[in-house]
Amino acid sequence: MMTMVDLTGLKAKALEEMESEGTLRVVVGMATCGQSAGARRVMETLKKDVAGLGLDNVKVAVTGCVGMCTYEPIVEVLQPGKKKVTYIRMDAEKTARVIQEHLKDGKPVLEYTVGHDHAGNLKNLEDLQFYAKQERIVLRNCGTINPENIHEYIARDGYAALRKALLEMTPETVIDEMKKSGLRGRGGAGFPTGLKWGFAAPNQADQKYIICNADEGDPGAFMDRSVLEGDPHSILEAMAIGGYAIGASKGYIYVRAEYPVAVERLKIAIAQAQEMGLLGRNIFGSNFSFDIEIRLGAGAFVCGEETALIASIEGKRGMSRNKPPFPAYKGLWGKPTVINNVETLANVAQIILKGADWFRSFGTEKSPGTKVFALGGKINNTGLVEVPMGITLREVIYDIGSGCPQGKAFKAVQTGGPSGGCITAADLDTPIDFDNLVAIGSMMGSGGMIVMDEDNCMVDIAKFFLDFTVDESCGKCTPCREGTKRMLEILDRIVAGEGTMQDLENLEDLAENIRLTSLCALGQTAPNPVMSTMKHFLDEYVAHVQDKKCPAGVCKALLGYMITADCKGCTKCKRVCPVDAITGEVKQLHVIDQALCIRCGACFNVCSFNAIARN
Amino acid sequence: MNDQSTCACSCGCITAEDPRFAELKSYIDSLDQNQGITMPVLQEAQRSFGYLPLEVQKFISENTGVPLAEIYGVATFYSQFAIEPKGRHHIGVCMGTACYVKGSQKVLDKLAEELKIKVGCTTADGRFTLEATRCLGCCGLAPCIMIDDDVFGKLDDISRIPDILGKYE
Ligand SMILES: Cc1cc2nc3c(=O)[nH]c(=O)nc-3n(C[C@H](O)[C@H](O)[C@H](O)COP(=O)(O)O)c2cc1C
Ligand code: SF4
Ligand code: SF4
Ligand code: FES
Ligand code: FES
Repeated sequence: MMTMVDLTGLKAKALEEMESEGTLRVVVGMATCGQSAGARRVMETLKKDVAGLGLDNVKVAVTGCVGMCTYEPIVEVLQPGKKKVTYIRMDAEKTARVIQEHLKDGKPVLEYTVGHDHAGNLKNLEDLQFYAKQERIVLRNCGTINPENIHEYIARDGYAALRKALLEMTPETVIDEMKKSGLRGRGGAGFPTGLKWGFAAPNQADQKYIICNADEGDPGAFMDRSVLEGDPHSILEAMAIGGYAIGASKGYIYVRAEYPVAVERLKIAIAQAQEMGLLGRNIFGSNFSFDIEIRLGAGAFVCGEETALIASIEGKRGMSRNKPPFPAYKGLWGKPTVINNVETLANVAQIILKGADWFRSFGTEKSPGTKVFALGGKINNTGLVEVPMGITLREVIYDIGSGCPQGKAFKAVQTGGPSGGCITAADLDTPIDFDNLVAIGSMMGSGGMIVMDEDNCMVDIAKFFLDFTVDESCGKCTPCREGTKRMLEILDRIVAGEGTMQDLENLEDLAENIRLTSLCALGQTAPNPVMSTMKHFLDEYVAHVQDKKCPAGVCKALLGYMITADCKGCTKCKRVCPVDAITGEVKQLHVIDQALCIRCGACFNVCSFNAIARN
Repeated sequence: MNDQSTCACSCGCITAEDPRFAELKSYIDSLDQNQGITMPVLQEAQRSFGYLPLEVQKFISENTGVPLAEIYGVATFYSQFAIEPKGRHHIGVCMGTACYVKGSQKVLDKLAEELKIKVGCTTADGRFTLEATRCLGCCGLAPCIMIDDDVFGKLDDISRIPDILGKYE
């Protein structure tokens, strides 16, 4: 096996492969999102027809997530010296046409592209408003390179940071550079990465570990998945750099079992890196050796918490334990261990390569760099966005996300997942960073950003998150195990129309107790979604309790449907009612039997004359 | 209900001669014994048997030296492991935040109504198991469901559901 990998030579060769004269490089977004939108059939068509037509100059490649979910499946055609062409919402037939007209005859199919101006000049993804305010450090390779081909990673300066660290830096200078960069952990807590590495480095032990936390438990976040699927080598490289810095020769990646594509790509990446000597013994001829193993989670949110994660790798029930001792002193199998989140690690190679000052040129003083958000819910442009810290929520939601669909009114945005809170329109001009989000009653969390509009009931949303924590509490400590259950029971009563004003007070008391006395952050933060919605939307809670009404029209028990005099007797509602609760003859006023009605809302949705009233 | 004299696992029966036991044994032997093997072994067993009946848990305990109580403790802690057999097709309704905000509760209700079962249960004919799952990572297609390995998105229109179910035998 070669001990001294010639990165420069490999890079030149890979670039030549990718960008040589006359080649057309066709990439298909094949992350989980792309695949479920139908990218696999697009890929099959491409492979078949390109071979069938003997288009030898066309190179078809898989790539990761481009981040713009609404446009999936996305196919991009790259040609040296020409502007990239982006095709959106592709299927097998459209692909066949693109192959004929564009790849073979050289004429792009305008109507399938993401857009063009009056003169017929094509736009591509980068020209969109969606990308204008983004800054790509973490996602720089996602949607660009083939994640299953290490050469393409090397073509983008892959493993050059590891080489630099091993051959030109000492573990101390690596840690110093990380400290100077001010990178803070992207897994939720925002702890400075350089400091964490600095704690573990001096501890003497026969073995130390570095763990990549890829458990991504926030139920509305998928940025870690995208990085693993789109750029797995960046994680391996960062783990090796971290291993060198703290003196660990072994790394684990703990991935959710729900991410089969990510696991597969990681396996391929590890095998390729081992084969090229970029993992294994004496990397780059140095005396540093490092290897990585994958461990799968098994569906428990609490395993994202670092001490529970360690227990899980050790083969135990994933339960949290008290800190201290911190993992940097006593972690996996009692050995010093550093745990870092996927997105945190995805920044590391860039920082080592380009320096702390470069990194600090993005973001704010206290939160340098960027943050990736999974923008979802009631928003026009759902997708992954990477923005510099310090950008305002308004810019993200309106300029990048382009607001709520169907002209509905924005109500709130939720960040921080089950540990976070809701932010209302009043705070939309807040610059996003770790500390500001806490100040306005939410938190950064891992980066889920879910937009809600006037049709969402905030009591229902609070209940949704609490349901989640009740389900996911590991059960070790009583405040979290029992307290959250009591809170959920109260919310259940409220949405059923059986709540009292006393219940609202009790919710606050319980929340305070759970927050103060739970063992781990899961319990300590579990009341946040309830508290923040109560703070900003108390009137909605009161409406449920006192008026027995759900203003957003969500909580079923509080709804009633009535047919008004506008009814034309079209019988449409009668036909859709699943329980035959509607009676009436053609052209006559229809009536709902309230005793039979299960409040499914089907009639309300189908009536063309707005003749069904909901309260 | 069930005739108690038949095997309690009610799965068409896993017998000791089942070749999957030998496969599991060689998998166990291939692992480095002192590196926390419980999870990988249970995951392999779940993959090959489809669930973890007591026979399989006992077998694992005997072959790894991990006490049965501990195996059972781990198997019941993680939602990915099943102690009961599952249906031929697995329906996971995404209850992630993005899907929930876009009405996945209605999708779940509709499925429960169509299949006449509750969440977490299997139809009497063993055709479907219905479960609520976490974010499937396709929030852009919310609300979405996953049947076996296929994802179906944009199910705001729940009238599409019966057709989708019809594709699975
Ligand atoms: C209940 C709970 C769940 C968590 N889930 C995750 C997770 O899914 N991914 C993650 O990276 N960190 C998660 N964390 C944070 C980790 O405990 C830990 O702080 C983090 O992985 C450290 O990496 P970082 O410093 O790079 O952020 C969770 C914490 C708690 C309390
Ligand atoms: S706070 Fe909840 S999750 Fe954390 S240890 Fe206590 S019971 Fe477990
Ligand atoms: S709300 Fe549903 S159950 Fe009630 S009348 Fe309308 S269609 Fe029938
Ligand atoms: S485009 Fe990949 S997550 Fe949506
Ligand atoms: S919330 Fe359903 S796919 Fe993410």
